[in-house]
Amino acid sequence: MFYREAGDFKTSYTADSQTFPIKFDRYRYYVVLAVAFGIIPFIINDYWANALLLPFLIYAIAAIGLNILVGYCGQVSLGTGGFMAVGAYACYKLMTAFPDVSMFIHVLLAGGITAIVGVLFGLPSLRIKGFYLAVATLAAQFFLVWLFNRVPWFYNYSASGQINAPERDVFGIIITGPNAPAWATYLFCLIFLSFCAIIARNLTRGTTGRTWMAIRDMDIAAEIIGVNPLKAKLTAFAVSSFFVGIAGALFFAVYLGAVEVGEVFGIQKSFLVLFMVIIGGLGSIFGSFAGAAFLVLLPVVLKVVGVDVLGWPTDIVAHLQLVIVGALIITFLILEPHGLAQLWRVAKEKLRLWPFPH
Amino acid sequence: MLDNSEGYVTEDGRKIGGVVMEMKNITLRFGGVVAIKDISFDIREGEIRAIIGPNGAGKSSMLNVISGFYVPQEGEVWFHGSKRPQMRPFEVAQQGIARTFQNIALFEGMSVLDNVMTGRLGYMKTNIFQQALWKGKAEAEETENREAVEKIIDFLEIQHIRKTPVSRLPYGLKKRVELARALAAEPKLLLLDEPMAGMNVEEKEDMSRFILDVNDEFGTTIALIEHDMGVVMDLSDRVVVMDYGKKIGDGTPDEVRNNQEVIDAYLGVSHD
Repeated sequence: MFYREAGDFKTSYTADSQTFPIKFDRYRYYVVLAVAFGIIPFIINDYWANALLLPFLIYAIAAIGLNILVGYCGQVSLGTGGFMAVGAYACYKLMTAFPDVSMFIHVLLAGGITAIVGVLFGLPSLRIKGFYLAVATLAAQFFLVWLFNRVPWFYNYSASGQINAPERDVFGIIITGPNAPAWATYLFCLIFLSFCAIIARNLTRGTTGRTWMAIRDMDIAAEIIGVNPLKAKLTAFAVSSFFVGIAGALFFAVYLGAVEVGEVFGIQKSFLVLFMVIIGGLGSIFGSFAGAAFLVLLPVVLKVVGVDVLGWPTDIVAHLQLVIVGALIITFLILEPHGLAQLWRVAKEKLRLWPFPH
Repeated sequence: MLDNSEGYVTEDGRKIGGVVMEMKNITLRFGGVVAIKDISFDIREGEIRAIIGPNGAGKSSMLNVISGFYVPQEGEVWFHGSKRPQMRPFEVAQQGIARTFQNIALFEGMSVLDNVMTGRLGYMKTNIFQQALWKGKAEAEETENREAVEKIIDFLEIQHIRKTPVSRLPYGLKKRVELARALAAEPKLLLLDEPMAGMNVEEKEDMSRFILDVNDEFGTTIALIEHDMGVVMDLSDRVVVMDYGKKIGDGTPDEVRNNQEVIDAYLGVSHD
């Protein structure tokens, strides 16, 4: 009733291949965009920005990036944390070396540098697949973290070994550092998320996406129809790392402000993003959003319920949180291996026929 | 044997052109096992060429040599008048050779439309940045190729399933989608590895009709492997017969049918 395709006829192939072919979806998308850009910046405060919105936006970028690699191209990666670190350190070096250049440029360049590093570490994927590739990317993770810890040039020889984001602005509005207003950091991240999501969607609905999915579904058949496996896998690594690098740069510069690489970009970050992708749904842009929202929101909700509503001690809630998140992930994988995106798809199919199931 | 280089005219009056692909003294070994022993044959423009033989005769290996999966130890592959250097399968595909597989090799996670669209890969010229932008060149290219793909979809009568994920389709339709994907490339040479394996009579009739129509309508040169003798004899213009990696017969279906060696291979005599 609310949600239907009937009567929504397409008269051109262009109209048929648009991102939201169904009218209802399209309008909902415009509403979401309007709320995100037009309303939230006016009502946002520091708590909401730091506890929910910034991590959600940044993790969503990282999840889209990883989803391109794992969900679309079928190349398992456990190096997300390491690649985020590359983005963060690249951004830091650029910020300190060129203080007058806009942060937009820095973050994009940080993504570009990460893309190059990603391609380098993606080279083994031409020879090895599946678990073995996962182990190879794991090596990337540990190597990169080690590198940023051991080579003082990366943290500008600071005594603590940390990197701290200096205050930088975009068009006169402070984006990084402790004095950045919540709405500005939020909008800055939101712009990047929109940018990444649109690019990801454009790539995945077109030729590039089809070559990635062909490699994922059956690499031999892909080769026989003319897909160059080298090119397909390396572009996936490049695009994926580009997004992950942007996420890393934002995570460091805009969200945290100060980073100690082993703590922030360790292996647990790789797993967190991978869980987001799996829970959200492999091979779905929407799934990346859903997964990021789920894993960012869940600890906050549990904390609010445990500490504020039930009045339990904070440490018990913190431990319970781990248990519950873990249990939920397992339950989720058993009940719906295709993730939240699949749940959403099923719901839509049901809604399409509602209220008459036959 | 037909050996006039200008081509010939088939029984039903189609004109067959010059040699498209020529296999010269191909020998393929896997360790000590000789899969193909010194085989030569040619495929002419516009013809339907069948490769038949009992199980394990080396037919699929032959197709894999043509499509670049296997590199023969000896022999040469000539395509359109020039000797083919050693190539990866995707380079062979880019030369205009498309194929289907004995066990369907579709992309299960994608829709029928996307599967067929992958066949158009050779016609996609935009780079990744243009595609990221989408508006403009990439969109125009997508639409243009979509039109070509829709023609194939119409032709093979799979319009009703174009948005269905391939994993949900029954076997017979999957075979047809695979043919559609190969056809979408508008190949110069189409290789079909047992296009009718595992089908019932009705599906076989449909598939035979499609193969003949493809040849008729697009003038596509087709090389196929098939076990169903009735189908092979009806469809093909010339037949290569293989047994134990050797070529034991080559000619029109009638010539092959009356070849004593072929009869022996199929009915079975002791190989001593």
